[in-house]
Amino acid sequence: MKQVYINSVGSISAQKTFDNDSFLEDVVGYEDNVISVIDPNYKDYIPPAAARRMAKGIKMGVVASKIALQDAGLENVDAIITGTGMGCVRDSEKFVSAIIDNDEQYLTPTSFIQSTHNTVGGQIALELQCKGYNFTYVHASNSFESTLLDAKLQLENDEEKNILIGGVDELGDHTVAIHKLINHIKPEAVKSSNLLDSGTEGAVFGEGANFFVLSNEKKASSYANIIGVKLYNTLPKAEVSQTALDFLAENNLDVKDIDILILGNNGDIKFDDFYTDLQSKTFHNNQQVYYKHLCGEFNTASSFGFWLASKILKTQTIPDVVKLNKVENSSYKTILLYNQYRGENHSFTLLKQC
Amino acid sequence: MDALKQELKENIIEQLNLEDMSPDDIANDDMLFGDGLGLDSIDALELIVMLDKSYGIKLTDPKEGRAIFESINTMAAYITEHRTK
Repeated sequence: MKQVYINSVGSISAQKTFDNDSFLEDVVGYEDNVISVIDPNYKDYIPPAAARRMAKGIKMGVVASKIALQDAGLENVDAIITGTGMGCVRDSEKFVSAIIDNDEQYLTPTSFIQSTHNTVGGQIALELQCKGYNFTYVHASNSFESTLLDAKLQLENDEEKNILIGGVDELGDHTVAIHKLINHIKPEAVKSSNLLDSGTEGAVFGEGANFFVLSNEKKASSYANIIGVKLYNTLPKAEVSQTALDFLAENNLDVKDIDILILGNNGDIKFDDFYTDLQSKTFHNNQQVYYKHLCGEFNTASSFGFWLASKILKTQTIPDVVKLNKVENSSYKTILLYNQYRGENHSFTLLKQC
Repeated sequence: MDALKQELKENIIEQLNLEDMSPDDIANDDMLFGDGLGLDSIDALELIVMLDKSYGIKLTDPKEGRAIFESINTMAAYITEHRTK
C-alpha cells in the first residue's frame, strides 16, 4: 500500500489565506455572528466570460483549486473530489425565490444549472479540462473528510497519482436567516477572540474553500503524510475520548505521540462539551489548537483545520492566535484533528510530518 | 426607440451578469452572439424569458430568436412591434 502525501494547499477563508507565502501573519478579527471570506481578485484566475455565471462559492472553489495546483507545480490532476455541505446555495436561493416571486412563471435556466451541489467540481474540471474521476460528497459536516477518505483509498491502491480534493461552502442570505431563526447562528455579535467564552447557543457562521493536491509521490515540498481518517455519523459524547484513543492505537500511536491536537470548537454552549474530555482529560498535556474563530462554522470548516495542520507541519510554526492551551512543543511531528458539528458527523484525522 | 435600446442594454447586462460592461460598451448594431458580445445558447434562453417577462412577448418558435436577437437594433424593432406590455 502506498503512502499518501499532502503536496499542496489552496485556501480562501475569512483570513488572507489565499497567499501561500504567508501563514496567518496578518490575522483579521471580527465582531459579528456571520463572517464572509476575504476575496482574492477572482479576475486574476478566472476569465470574465466564465466568471459571469459563477456564484461566489464556485469562484472560491475554482480559485482555491488553482492556487493548490500552482502550489503543487501541476497543470492537471488525475481526479477531482469535492466536498460541500450546502452546495451552491446562493443560486439555489435565487432559483427558488424566482419560482415563488414569479408565481412559477418566467424561470431562467442559469441559476438552476449552477445550483447543483456538484457545480464546483464540474467547473474545476472544465477549467482544467480534466476528464478523470469527478465526485462530490454532500455529507453535511463530514463532506470534506469523505473526500479525504476517498482520495486516500485511491492513492494507497495506486489507482491515481495526483488527486485534487477540497471542501467548499458559501453563505446565502436566506440560509443564514433560517439558521438564525432556529438558533444555529448565535443571536449576538461575538468577538473572534471571545468565541469560546461566548456562553450562548449557536455558532458564528462562515464560508470558505480549502483545496489540496494529494499524491502518493512525496516531494521535497510536501506538507504532510496522511496517516488516517475516520468518520462517524453518530458518536455518544462519553465515547469520544476512547474512540480517539482507539484510532491512535489502530495507527500504532499513543497520546504522548501527539504533538498537537486540533479541535473544531465553535463556541456553541450546547455542543462544545463534545471536546471537553479530550481537552481537559485525555490530551490535557498535549498542545491544543483551535481555528473556527478565524474562519467561522460551515459544513466544510474542518478543511480549514486540515489546511492549518498542513501549514503547521510544513512551517513548524504555530501562530499564537490559534493556541488553545499553554502547552508548548519545540517541534511538531504528529497532529490529530477532531471535529463534529451539533453532536453529529465526527471525524478524526491523523497527519505526520514528512 | 432610443430609450428602449438603452433599457435593453441595461437589462441584458444585468440578466446575463456581464459584470465588466456598461451600456456604452454595446453598440446598437453589435452582434449579440458569435463574434460580437459572445453570448451563447444559455443566454438565448435568458433573453427569451426576458422578452416574456418584461414585454409580454412569447416566442413559440425558437428559430425566430436567431433573427430577433441578432443585435440591439433587431431586438428593439421586434419588441416595438409585438410588445403587449
